[in-house]
Amino acid sequence: MGNASTTLNSRRDHAQAVTLVLLALLAGAFVLSFLLGPADLGIGALFTGLWSGQGAAGVIAREIRLPRAALALVVGAALGTSGAALQGLFRNPLAEPGVTGVTSSAGLGAVVALYFGLAAGNPWLLPLFAIAGALASAGILYLLSRGGAGAMALVLAGVAIASLATALTALALSFARNPYAMSEMVLWMLGSLKDRTMSDLSFALPLTLIGIALLLSAARGLDALTLGEEAAQSLGIDVGSVRGRVVLGVALATGAATAAAGAVSFVGLVVPHVLRRFYGYEPSRLILPSALGGAVLVAAADVVIRIIAPDGQLLLGVLTAMLGAPFFLWLILRLLRET
Amino acid sequence: MSAAIAFAGIEAGYGARRVLHGVSASFARGAVTGIVGPNGAGKTTLFRTALGVMETAAGRVTVLDRPVAQWSRAALARAIAYLPQGAEAHWPLEARQLVALGRLPHRAAFAPLAADDWTAVDKALERADATQFATRRMNELSAGERARVLFARALATGAAILLADEPAAYLDPAHQLRLMELLREEAARGTAVAVTLHDLTLASRACDAVLVLKDGRVAADGAPAQALSDATLAEVFGIGAERTADGAVVARRRL
Repeated sequence: MGNASTTLNSRRDHAQAVTLVLLALLAGAFVLSFLLGPADLGIGALFTGLWSGQGAAGVIAREIRLPRAALALVVGAALGTSGAALQGLFRNPLAEPGVTGVTSSAGLGAVVALYFGLAAGNPWLLPLFAIAGALASAGILYLLSRGGAGAMALVLAGVAIASLATALTALALSFARNPYAMSEMVLWMLGSLKDRTMSDLSFALPLTLIGIALLLSAARGLDALTLGEEAAQSLGIDVGSVRGRVVLGVALATGAATAAAGAVSFVGLVVPHVLRRFYGYEPSRLILPSALGGAVLVAAADVVIRIIAPDGQLLLGVLTAMLGAPFFLWLILRLLRET
Repeated sequence: MSAAIAFAGIEAGYGARRVLHGVSASFARGAVTGIVGPNGAGKTTLFRTALGVMETAAGRVTVLDRPVAQWSRAALARAIAYLPQGAEAHWPLEARQLVALGRLPHRAAFAPLAADDWTAVDKALERADATQFATRRMNELSAGERARVLFARALATGAAILLADEPAAYLDPAHQLRLMELLREEAARGTAVAVTLHDLTLASRACDAVLVLKDGRVAADGAPAQALSDATLAEVFGIGAERTADGAVVARRRL
């Protein structure tokens, strides 16, 4: 058994090293994100502003740069963990909040709350509507998977849900008689962290944390599901409760993230897949690392788009889709080859 | 000695469809009980009533002298290890990690695997003759090797009862025989082993007792030679049989 424990230890060392690298990347992306912006302020001025809150630098540091940088981490963590948990629940590496239409449905909920004036009365209605949208689509997927839908069927169902949610979002925007409907539509569909405020962060952070906590509470059950539902039940796992917690946790985290940033796709697909080779295949080992990885990816993507297009015309979701969509196709090809 | 699991007059089914009609039977400690019967006879359903995942409409299932309804989910998971039909790993876990899932019923929430969990895992791998695959990933193993790792997963729980649903399906003859040997070794350690089988030769040779189910009713029950009598085989399977010198049944088309 010396052999087995050696590889186990070396893998654990490996995972620890990767965690340290991710933390370093996270700090780097966060600081870069904070330093980047149209206002021409030096590092010193920004940090002084952040500390004192005085003057233009204070306002920019505290109310523009900090919420955007922090929100990137929250949105990334929410999407990364949601992807890891959905893949565990459906036992399918293609499952992801974007691909399965959960983010589009959350976006629809947010648009309904926002453009019919509901969110003006109570700011929490925006994330709550987004969560309700996410819950509806996650619930439909869950029912389909219970009915025996396989990996490809779930992906196709996700395509249908996403198209429907997008169409309904367009319909809602046109009913709202919004003169900027088209540009708003693009913003919701692709996602952006531009002009986010502390109030966005104030709902996204706690809701995401609750969602991640729910997903963590289901982690062991997801491991057991590796053996199939019957074996998991025989191991003392309440499979119904595991499913419920994952669906609710994903809806909370993805709903909150989408209400704050729009529908950012593919983060939940790429991150768990890349981390799997370092942390192992057990879903429970991937949830927290996927929070880190997702945060790094979204924060870095938000930095890169501001470097490519300082005028703010490039949206966050454009970059994640350019990364994620080819990756998604490659995954499908690989799965087809395996079966 | 009392039975590890006793079924008394079990009625159970899915919705309006009744699958088991008054089944009474028992699985003895330290013995291998084979369950045979045509597809749809209710073999898996019988297991499910013992696992507490299926309500019985009537009758009583007793596990280790206590009605199954009185067991907590976790305690029952420690008492009965279950190897479902067509068991597979949905992620290519390392074999040793997969076997460690068998320790889930012993672990407190959020507690990592303790040293004695790993001892049980390694012992289970050894008993299942799978130690040599411990560090390999499931997708790198052959079907027979995977079956042994999954079997080790069930052994790792250290349960007093082992229920295996068609563990021999999809295995080549050599691996089938090896698996039955391993089941016999478990029974020799005092475990109550119950196994559903389609292969009557395997059932007659490797089991201490055989339960024959047909359409959710017990058609025969007892030592292999009696339970698999010519009359039963003709009535339940519509086949005849030749018998070898050691009493094993070889199915033959009925003339």
